[in-house]
Amino acid sequence: MMGCIRKFEYQAPRTLEEALEILGAHRNKAGILAGGTDLVVQLKQGVKRPACVVDVKKIPELNVLDWNPEEGLRIGAAVPISRILTFPVVRERYSILAQACSGMGSTQLRNRATLGGNVCNAAPSADSAPALLCLGAGATLASGKGSRVISLEEFFLSPGETVRLDTELLVEIRIPTPEAFSAGSYLKHATRERMDIAVAGVASFLTFSTPDRELKSIRIALGAVAPRPVRATRAEDVLTKTSFGRQAVEAAAEQAADEAEPISDVRGSLEYRREIVRVLTRRSLSKACESLGINI
Amino acid sequence: MPESNGDKIELNIRVNGQNRVLTVEPYRTLLEILRYELGLTGTKEGCGSGNCGSCTVLLDGKAVNSCLVLVAEVEGKEITTIEGLSLRGELHPLQQAFIDEGAVQCGFCTPGVILTAKSFLESNPRPTETQIRRAIAGNLCRCTGYDKIVRAIMRVANQ
Amino acid sequence: MSEYAVIGKSVPRIDALKKVTGEAIYSGDITLPHMLHGKALRSPYPHAVIKRLDVTRARALDGVKAVITAADVPGFKVKSELSCPEAPHLARDKAVYAGQPIAVVAATSLRIAEEAIGLIDVEYEELPPLLDTAEAMKPDAPLIYPDLFTNRFGRGPTGKDNTPGNIAWHVIFERGNLETGFKGADLVLENTYRTQIVHQGYLEPMAAVADVDGDGKITVWTQNQGLFTARGTIADFLEVPLHRIKVMPVEIGGAFGGKTYQLLSPLCVLLSMKTGCPVRMEMTRDEVLAASRPAPGASITVKMGATRQGQITAISLSMFFDEGAFPERPYSMNAALTGIGLYRIPNLKLEVMDVLTNKVPAGSYRAPAAPPAAFAIESQLDLISRSLGIDPLQLRILNVAAEGDLLPNGAPLPRVGFKETLLKMADTLNERGKSGNRGIACGFWRGAAGTFAASLYVNGDGTVTLATGVADVSGSRTGMVQLVAEEMGLPIETVAIATGDSDTAPYADMSTGSRTAYSLGTAVVEACRDAKAQLIGRAAKILEKDEGEIEYSRGVFRVRGNPDKSITLAKVARSSLFSPGEGPVIGRGSVGMPPFAPMIAVHAAEVDVDKETGKIKFLSYVAAQDVGKAINPAIVEGQIQGAVAQGIGWALMEDYIFDKGVMQNTSLLDYRMPTAADVPPVETVLVEVGSPSGPYGIRAVGEPPMVPVLAAVANAIHSATGVRIKELPMTPEVILKALKAQEASSSKG
Repeated sequence: MMGCIRKFEYQAPRTLEEALEILGAHRNKAGILAGGTDLVVQLKQGVKRPACVVDVKKIPELNVLDWNPEEGLRIGAAVPISRILTFPVVRERYSILAQACSGMGSTQLRNRATLGGNVCNAAPSADSAPALLCLGAGATLASGKGSRVISLEEFFLSPGETVRLDTELLVEIRIPTPEAFSAGSYLKHATRERMDIAVAGVASFLTFSTPDRELKSIRIALGAVAPRPVRATRAEDVLTKTSFGRQAVEAAAEQAADEAEPISDVRGSLEYRREIVRVLTRRSLSKACESLGINI
Repeated sequence: MPESNGDKIELNIRVNGQNRVLTVEPYRTLLEILRYELGLTGTKEGCGSGNCGSCTVLLDGKAVNSCLVLVAEVEGKEITTIEGLSLRGELHPLQQAFIDEGAVQCGFCTPGVILTAKSFLESNPRPTETQIRRAIAGNLCRCTGYDKIVRAIMRVANQ
Repeated sequence: MSEYAVIGKSVPRIDALKKVTGEAIYSGDITLPHMLHGKALRSPYPHAVIKRLDVTRARALDGVKAVITAADVPGFKVKSELSCPEAPHLARDKAVYAGQPIAVVAATSLRIAEEAIGLIDVEYEELPPLLDTAEAMKPDAPLIYPDLFTNRFGRGPTGKDNTPGNIAWHVIFERGNLETGFKGADLVLENTYRTQIVHQGYLEPMAAVADVDGDGKITVWTQNQGLFTARGTIADFLEVPLHRIKVMPVEIGGAFGGKTYQLLSPLCVLLSMKTGCPVRMEMTRDEVLAASRPAPGASITVKMGATRQGQITAISLSMFFDEGAFPERPYSMNAALTGIGLYRIPNLKLEVMDVLTNKVPAGSYRAPAAPPAAFAIESQLDLISRSLGIDPLQLRILNVAAEGDLLPNGAPLPRVGFKETLLKMADTLNERGKSGNRGIACGFWRGAAGTFAASLYVNGDGTVTLATGVADVSGSRTGMVQLVAEEMGLPIETVAIATGDSDTAPYADMSTGSRTAYSLGTAVVEACRDAKAQLIGRAAKILEKDEGEIEYSRGVFRVRGNPDKSITLAKVARSSLFSPGEGPVIGRGSVGMPPFAPMIAVHAAEVDVDKETGKIKFLSYVAAQDVGKAINPAIVEGQIQGAVAQGIGWALMEDYIFDKGVMQNTSLLDYRMPTAADVPPVETVLVEVGSPSGPYGIRAVGEPPMVPVLAAVANAIHSATGVRIKELPMTPEVILKALKAQEASSSKG
């Protein structure tokens, strides 16, 4: 139930050092505020009661939005989703991420919500996560002691929990430049067309070798059907170990459905979620191939 | 710099083209401040959780749910509420179109959806109907079934 | 057809300007000096004895000015919860639904009020909740109220039962002979359908402000669907006389039947009495969903018999409504009256019951009882049409009732446009060609009629002001302005409408049941004609002629046959302020329950179903309706389109998910209402078969379009997939499950 927000101290550090000092001092009594679309709701529900709210939007490193071929795409943790969607490189080279982001929330939510927040909030249904897993993204965490880069695959622990320590701040997400002749697709199933949480989400990302169109690498990631966003590695294996085509794709889809660990909740039953994973995996793979002109 | 110890902070914001200085608690939302400190009751609270869009305002020109913005975050920013849309008494084309197309029934969603539409059309001047419907998907309306709202927005886009 | 000057024209709504600029004032926008904020402590349990309730710590908190409980409500010792259902019943000895208010705090800020709520000490003893109507109906079921006696109506013993139970109403209508009817049928089909609890979904949460001054005069600003009804509820609840209460008009952010209840204002009044300050209360969205008055769930068993040619020979309909914890307006009565209004069926039995459970109490929602009844009946007719190989529209046309046919309660139908609307839809669909994905359904609404008065003031400059006391929930102000402009032959700009408060405004009934335009319109026209008659009399005097020689047209009184002798309305009005022996010209109209004017809606939905996920997409939606006479076509269209969107939400995605009697999905994320991206454009087809009793032949329009949507969608899904779904909501999961079951059974061969 929602109510008034409890009192807190508000801090808006202008440098990374300042922010890390505050986190170092307050630790788990600090709430990190980027877009606020998750945190403010949690404050109203009383689910989070930080003594200090740290607004990280003024920190330059968290507002970086940049790309170059060597370093790949750097998305600062405080960059709003809408800004990511208008960055030309994202549509040109990271279409799967654009697909994931454009289905998030609403116009209003996308103008505030951030990729960093979506990742740190660690909902199993986080729309950005499957795409980020497929793209091999890494999260840069900074603390008073230095910084470390964690692969997104190791970042999520359980619903709402990540490897980020209380003294750490997520600075940016870094996504390597995909190889040539790669494509991905993120499909999300929910009851409403927009403004809904995924009942199940599937991202797939394929790289083919030119000119023989052999499958070079494949990544499949699932959202909302496990305690955290996960790679469907056994499904990927099916595709790497058998000759690529419709049958392999269908077998991979079956495997992905099997690998999922969904639960039943107000949005759907576990049986339904499993079935949707099967369907979306097949469709996601087909769509990704289609965008490369490969028909299966 | 709006920092505080849970006490009030001094906030400098620009609302509907006017500079305002407020002394408020940082843990209140922008929606609360607009309605109860500034008396701008055109912005409505429908759910408090960013799911209905009735509280939509433009923050530096972008549509946001003001119920999810803490007042401390808007230091130095420009806010446009529905009251700020009509310049010197002249209605914005969207406001006029909503009247002409019959897109207003109870009116509770109206301020929010007009502001969302305004910022949407500014970056999407020639939208399809589907794009309009998706753009306003964060503005729930229970009275109109959206038909005439979409027509009103399309009408302005085609002008 | 422009036989009228302004009737039939889509003039812009007169309240639209203030709404697009944000100037319009809703109850939550009212602030008064020294205003306090109220907050309710609500029961976490669906059924629990309140063993101990101690508000001492809450009262002592700095900033808290009052805390009230049931003990503070006048007459609480003797008043039963069963009286005055529109009031907010603070729990006395026990809580009967999760969310029931137990105590209310008024404090200097909402924050403090919330803190105080946390300081109220309550000791509950949980009781097993009744969460199932079947359980609640058993003769040995535990009683929610020791003094609830079933009201019986219709065939069989009428009046109250002797033994208490959990069934509030039991209505039976019968005619003919069911057995004979079914015997004469070539096809007999029986099915049970289920609809879920849904909320009206108004965007504006309930809010109220009350101020009691030193004289004891109570002023209230609150959303309502009737100023006078609200006044009455407050008066009953607090045992104060009506003339001490003044309810102020405010804009209302959606109602749809859900704001006929005063769940906050009586509490605000009581708190204001105790504190000497104005008090505001607002519900959060959680409270709106969990603790206001949603539409009840229903279980409907329908058995129908038809001849090979498609004649319906008999129908037996039994319906149970899960009404939650208070016995409210009898849904059963509505169901019995509206269930089979459209068809001429000689042998019928309608048996309907309102059953209480420990859930949030039910309230009215746009055409109460009709959508679930139509879901069952129209689905059933669809199945019959498929079995017999008859076009579904033709099946309706074959059986449709007409003027003179009797409703189940024995009342004859007046002139109605049933057949005309069906034929118009048939034409429309023929133009589009056949579709394999289409479902059609019909809806009937009997209409309500109310008691309304109106006053027309003719101002000294020839402008006119219409005074009413009507809560505008559907654009009625604009329609009334059009009526006045037409009747008085004046330009629409010279007509103003003023909604007064309950002290000064002429009496108005609830704005519900689609009675407003229809009944109020009658009073308005009467007021106009009265004003004109008075004016003619004055004009005759001034022109020194007999009244019979005076003609009136477009603001000018002329002597018949002598066009040079004339006088403007403005001059007549002006002189009426100075004429010795006469007073100002005030037209009066007063109508009491005019005869009802039933309505029909016929809808056709086309859907595309993703057979692997169960997700639905609408390809088209056409809504035809007999509106009698559309005073303002744009307003009528908007009403229809809005109702269809609500029906789509009801059919596909809205639901109350309970866990042990506590609602789990109390946010607008998980109580899913359709967004703009979820509904199709709705084409409206307006048919005008004038009602014999409404001014200009108007019929009400707000409710009929709600009725057929559920079945239209279910029938479309059947066309598109071959699957029949009998339980709502038809979520993608439900549809996929049904598709898989069909696949499994057909593969078994």
